[in-house]
This record gives sequence, C-alpha cells and structure tokens, in this order.
Amino acid sequence: MKTISAEQAAALIPDGASVMIGGFMGVGTPERIVDALVARRTGGLTVIANDTAAPGVGIGKLVRAGLVRRAVVSHIGLNPETQQQMIAGKIDVDLVPQGTLIERIRAGGYGLGGILTTTGIGTVVETGKQTLVIDGRTLLVEVALRADFALVSAFLADYLGNLTYALTARNFNPIIATAADVVIVDADNIVPTGVISPDHIVTPAPLVDYVIAH
Amino acid sequence: MEPQVVIARRIAQELRDGMLVNLGIGIPTLVANYVPPGVHVFFQSENGLIGTGAVPEAGMHHRLLTDAGGRPVTALPGASTFDSAMSFGLIRGGHLDMTVLGGLEVDAAGRLANWMIPGKMVPGMGGAMDLVSGARRVVVAMQHTAKGKSKIVRKCQLPLTSVRPVDLLVTELAVIGFPGGHATLLETAPGVVVADVLAATEAELLVSDDVRPMPLAASGVSY
Repeated sequence: MKTISAEQAAALIPDGASVMIGGFMGVGTPERIVDALVARRTGGLTVIANDTAAPGVGIGKLVRAGLVRRAVVSHIGLNPETQQQMIAGKIDVDLVPQGTLIERIRAGGYGLGGILTTTGIGTVVETGKQTLVIDGRTLLVEVALRADFALVSAFLADYLGNLTYALTARNFNPIIATAADVVIVDADNIVPTGVISPDHIVTPAPLVDYVIAH
Repeated sequence: MEPQVVIARRIAQELRDGMLVNLGIGIPTLVANYVPPGVHVFFQSENGLIGTGAVPEAGMHHRLLTDAGGRPVTALPGASTFDSAMSFGLIRGGHLDMTVLGGLEVDAAGRLANWMIPGKMVPGMGGAMDLVSGARRVVVAMQHTAKGKSKIVRKCQLPLTSVRPVDLLVTELAVIGFPGGHATLLETAPGVVVADVLAATEAELLVSDDVRPMPLAASGVSY
C-alpha cells in the first residue's frame, strides 16, 4: 500500500476509465477522490455504483460536471440531472436490480463468471440474457462485473491499509474493493497498525493499493 | 382519516413478533408508526441496517447513518450494519419475512408494476425487483385510484417489477388477496361497502364469502 494525495490519485485515472465508486445516496462515497476528479476534469468515465446520489452530492458531482459517459447503477430517481443527461443522450444508463448489481461485482471480485438469480425473470431485465432451469426454478444468468479502479470510502484505515467501515457507509465499499485492478481508499481516519483488531478488519490490507493522505 | 393512514394502520396488523421487515419509501414507511404494543419487529433498510429506528432529534443525526432514501435515522439497541451483498442476501435468501412496497399498478393476477413509467419517469428499480422476487411475503401499500382511475387493473400496462404475484394488497378502501392467483376482496375499510370497492376497481374482483371489516392498529407506538 502507498499513501498518495487525492490529486495524485485522480492523476492515476485516465479519461474513459471504468470506476466502481462506493456509496448509497452519497453516504459512504470517497468525496476527496471525487472532488479531485472533478477538479482535473477526467471525462468519459464508466461509473459502476449503487446510484448517482443527488444533484451535486457524491457521484452527483461527476454527473453535474459532465464527466460520466456510462452509469451502471440501480437507481437514478433522486438525481434529475442524471435523468436529463440520459434523455439528452449524454449518459448511457444501464439500470441493474440492486441485489443483482452487488452480486455481479462480488462475482467479479471473487473469481466467478457470474451469478444465477430469479430477480428480473419475466421483466425487461431479462431481455437478451440467458436463462437456466435448475431444480425446476428458472434463473437468470447475470455476468460478473469488474472495473479498472475502485474508489472506496472507509471509516478507519491503518498504516498497512486494513479497513473498517461505519454504520450505513459500508454498503458497496468492501465489495468493490475486491473487484478492480487498482483500489484507492479515502478513509475518515488513519490509525496506527494494530489499533483495529483482526476480528474487526473487514477489508484486508493486501486488497488496497493506495490510501489518500490526510 | 387520511388514505395513507388507513393503509398503514391496516398493514401494521400483519406484523408479528420477531419478524424481519423491509419498508419501502412513501406509505410503507408510515407502517413503523403503528407497530402493535408487545410486538417487536426488526426493520431492515436495504442500504445495510437492521434495527432502523425513528428520525433522530434535531442536532443528533449522524451523516453515516441513514435509511435507503438517504434520510437520517437512528439505530435501536441490538441494531446491526452490513454491506449490500449481505443486505440482499437477507432479501433473496428467504430471511426477510415481509416487505411492504408502494405500487403504480397491481393486476388481477397479483402482479406488481412499481418502478417506471416509460417516457415519464425512469428512476430505476433500486431494490424493488429483489424484494418482490425474494421476500417471504410481499404486501403492497397503494391508494386504490389515481386521478379517479383504478390502479388495480386487468393486466399491468407498466413494466413489471416481478412475475411473482404479491401476497396482499391494502388500499384505503379494501384488503385484497390473491388465492388461486385471482384478486379477491377480503376486507372493506370503515364506511366502505363491497359495491364501492367493485365500482372503484378495473380488475375483475372475486368477493370472499366472508368479507370482513378492516381491523386497524391503534395509533401511537412507534418502534
């Protein structure tokens, strides 16, 4: 693990990159990395996340700045700017059921090709996808997702990069930390190694490439 | 009584001690205000919380503790937090006893449409498809009509949330079940007679031999 500034982190991410970003309606989103991407105007991004938050909040900052080309998300209902850009053809929005989205990411991070689920069967979500019948249940094949970068928000990071999360800010964060080539963490607190008990570490340090310096 | 309150107070009667329950945004959220005395339920927020409590007092909110709509909540003693994979594992894996969701349309076969209106409103399905496909029991909280038009239709015209039929539909006029896959009138609200419900409903409704008055939870005990 290396410690870098938010600006250095943003400089690692090229135009057109795919980025998984933690957060649920802006709670648990690594704001300093998002701010640095906006400042640098890194564009054409594919964002994989639960939602696009609200206008000007969390991932909504990237949307407002016109930096998102494609969004793979479960919900855009609380961000009218995403909807406007979708209608204007500026953002392609790929809506994925929330439970399917997180499992596709988990599959990507855990070395699996995809998952089988009943969610979406018989709806527009099934369109163009393969189904399997196993033990009499019809299941939809949903393929794994990975990204170039995961932008993770944590509550505590120790000097090695072990992470814990707080309250409802955990959401997608520990899962995306397994599913990207480069994992960058914005932690609310950086603490000495050993402060976090082994039983309480959620994301083990070897998964983390960079922690943003305070 | 406001329609939303009738619906919430009736659905609260479905709560049983020890249940794990997920409440959607809108009318479903109100159900938490009418938990019957002596009944302890675990409320789940799909953003990763079991033990969701009331809105905190002014100045006592925490920016990292919200419900699935991003609004500040409290966590009750014994609450737990977890990631989204666990949250939806609970939902799909048969661990969630009941989900209460809003609706745009429910059809005669009990199928629900509640996540988009093509050309008008495309918010995304969020967790709704997983909830309807995976919860042990699916209850819909929905006003009977919108702009004078029945929301209980012969066949859903809006995109479906799931092909799995819902278990119970509660409106401000009636409680409707789907035994044998067909909408059946089970209860009427105070001051409402069977003919009123039939007149307000587009879908063909079977009428139970024993239509009962809707029991309503007393107001008051919150969480």
